[in-house]
Amino acid sequence: MVRDALAQVVDPEMPMLTLDDLGVIRSVEETADGVVVTITPTYSGCPALEVMRDDIRAALAGYGPVEVRTVLSPAWSTDWISEAGRRKLAEAGIAPPGSAPRGPVPLLLTAPRVRCPRCGEPVTEELSRFGPTACTALRRCPACREPFEHMKEI
Amino acid sequence: MSDPTNAYQSLSETTAQDDPRWAFGTGFTDDVAAEISAPVPAGVDPADLAAYCLMLGDDALIYQHRLSEWVANAPELEEEVALANIALDLLGQARVLLSRAGHLTGVGIKGGSAGSTAAEDRLAYFRVESEFRNVALVEQPDDLDFGRCIAHLLLFSTWRLALLHRLVSSADPVIAAVAAKGVKEVAYHRDYAVRWTLRLGDGTAESHRRMQAGLDGAWAFLEELFRTSDEERRLVGAGVAVDPAETRAEVEEVLDQVLTRATLLRPTTRPMGTVGGRGGRQGLHTEKLGPVVDELQSLARRFEGATW
Repeated sequence: MVRDALAQVVDPEMPMLTLDDLGVIRSVEETADGVVVTITPTYSGCPALEVMRDDIRAALAGYGPVEVRTVLSPAWSTDWISEAGRRKLAEAGIAPPGSAPRGPVPLLLTAPRVRCPRCGEPVTEELSRFGPTACTALRRCPACREPFEHMKEI
Repeated sequence: MSDPTNAYQSLSETTAQDDPRWAFGTGFTDDVAAEISAPVPAGVDPADLAAYCLMLGDDALIYQHRLSEWVANAPELEEEVALANIALDLLGQARVLLSRAGHLTGVGIKGGSAGSTAAEDRLAYFRVESEFRNVALVEQPDDLDFGRCIAHLLLFSTWRLALLHRLVSSADPVIAAVAAKGVKEVAYHRDYAVRWTLRLGDGTAESHRRMQAGLDGAWAFLEELFRTSDEERRLVGAGVAVDPAETRAEVEEVLDQVLTRATLLRPTTRPMGTVGGRGGRQGLHTEKLGPVVDELQSLARRFEGATW
């Protein structure tokens, strides 16, 4: 019941994804005193976190007092986005993230490749590493000429 | 009516719940209390740990303020969004580290004229200049010169990435958590700086000249990044801190690779000296910090305890 209500809550900046799809919900505990939901921020300074917290409280208001806790560890990764979430991103024209890098961060002197989510063109160009939200980059497809967002692997 | 595409709706929903917010924080400390108040690792002086959290936190706090000066001033909208995003990541890191420092020293837990003002806010908005522990590099203005901006960011992000990468295994759980998250974020910051360095350095004669000038100026502040403070020296033994001197080889190797590829010269600028061995880590700053702190704190000091 609580899970069902929680499953309706969407990401404030990418409303095609539920918080479950995004993989930020770490645990849900129902106690005699109410509900405790634990979430992980996507980025340290993500301004959407406050809104997520309020949305969770509002969605679960009928289940007693709601406490939303934030845990930083383990750090959220785009690898936690569900398959359904990836499909919804692509349908909304946002290129889903590839696998998150692990281990030492390599020094890259060239840009990685991202496929166009609209026409499938394999080679697209990056307009900006940082897009309208903390988690996306801005790209353009040379084939269909459409700009699109790409969710960065972290 | 619930409209999932309206990000502001939920904010107005909570206003009705009599939930006034301190204008400069949002009760963040309460939500991460479990992690922020983790026990101090064995054999560690809490004062040392608090000082170290301030060092890492103040670097991020002051630098994000400098980066934010580009908002509404960047050469292109894309670069403005990028610099604002980088600043936001660093602000997020600073908030957790300042909260941890506040918890360890008892700042902002109760009292103060702003009542329950969170520790992070008290530390950010009510310390004086000499209480900040940041390195001089992050104080330096870009003066809206994009070459200078990229030079500062290249040095800072290369060094911070090397630090955070080693801090992932810190014995302090809060520092380890910030580092694990921060590595992913700062990797993007470095990448952004590297690609602009290549583009400007290997671009036109003018872009090359400006990038080189930016590096020449920033280089004076590189040496301080590798100096070990007394607190750091003591914390290294307990597995909490990284000796910044250990990051030198990696930082210089990355910078050399980038500069070579960008057809830029490694500057020969003389490093900024210390005053009797003291520098930013001891609260001794260049004259550039004052105006940053003034601007950062003006609203909080003028309207202390304001809510919205």
